[in-house]
Amino acid sequence: MSFTIAGTGYAHPVRTLDNEELTRMVDTSDEWIVSRTGIRSRYIATTETLTELAVSAARMAMDNAGAEAASIDLVICSTVAGDTKCPTLAGNVLGGLDIRCPAFDVNAACSGFLYALQTAAAYMDAGLAETVLVIAAEMMTRHVDWTDRASCVLFGDGAGAVLLQKGEGLLACRLRAQPDKKNLLVIGQGKSHSVFEETDAAPSVLAMNGPEVFKFAVTSMCRDIKEVLDSAGLGPEDIRYVVPHQANLRILETARQRLGFSEDQIAVNIERYGNTSSASIAILLAELVEQGKLQRGDNIVCTAFGGGLTSAACVIKY
Amino acid sequence: MTLEKVIKMIAEEYDLDEATLSAETTFEDLGMDSLETVELVMRFEEEFGVTLEVDENCKTIGDVVARIDA
Repeated sequence: MSFTIAGTGYAHPVRTLDNEELTRMVDTSDEWIVSRTGIRSRYIATTETLTELAVSAARMAMDNAGAEAASIDLVICSTVAGDTKCPTLAGNVLGGLDIRCPAFDVNAACSGFLYALQTAAAYMDAGLAETVLVIAAEMMTRHVDWTDRASCVLFGDGAGAVLLQKGEGLLACRLRAQPDKKNLLVIGQGKSHSVFEETDAAPSVLAMNGPEVFKFAVTSMCRDIKEVLDSAGLGPEDIRYVVPHQANLRILETARQRLGFSEDQIAVNIERYGNTSSASIAILLAELVEQGKLQRGDNIVCTAFGGGLTSAACVIKY
Repeated sequence: MTLEKVIKMIAEEYDLDEATLSAETTFEDLGMDSLETVELVMRFEEEFGVTLEVDENCKTIGDVVARIDA
């Protein structure tokens, strides 16, 4: 089905924020954060724009693939918010790469990268594109309530990218969404500029029901991985890595035990990045390739879950 | 009875003596953090075939039993 991952790339801001520094900002401890989440440090944007991170990740993916920018015929960016509402992040990326082609953003919160991959595959299957740049870039530090100790310790910034070319690498893919009726994970828009609007706006900081989201995440991850493995006709023993959304190490460990994967099959980098929303899988994938841990022919299962409420999973032969 | 079944499941899961557990036992008493409580609640969901809400008001074994029976 549809694509081969010709190149991978990632980028993150220069400044790090470790747990020790957080203990001086809110009432928390390194022990609490590490035991609940597995996070020790995250990258925090100071002078970098999200466009710069996205372009940097894209250039690395293109270099990796040996592809010229001019060969790209579609740019899809997964993000919950670019530097501007308009132009889109994808539109701004065109400027950074100095190219012209159709470009749009996809917002499916933490599942956005996998949603974007299936979108790219559909375009390629329809003969509408042959070389697609998919970037997942997030600056979660812009949306987090830095006075809320339960959530501000969880997130970080970063971008990951893949350069897709025609191939048969996507073995199975499934996207899901259901309404978030109980407001389990919300980032509002804040008060608008309308002088006519009579409705109340949800605040523009992230608000999350941790325990319910944890439950949704574990349930989704287990169900979705089983589903795409069945669809691809594979079992855990055929998979080199599970490349999961890096929301919380405890989610991954709980799901791992239920699914029967070994510890060394679960790819993890949350200790250095925190939760970078939809960028997490793309960044992790690029690091695995850069470190030589993922070889051509290896099968991976990607799994994501988050706001929407969305979830997604796919099996890819690298 | 739900309380007995829940106590039995917790005793087995955490290798504890059932006699030391009661409806008043808190999850904190058992040394569980909030995420372990969620995982335990997920097990009860599967065992009893119900959907249970998890929040800060779910502190004791009795609280969980009340939600299962509701």
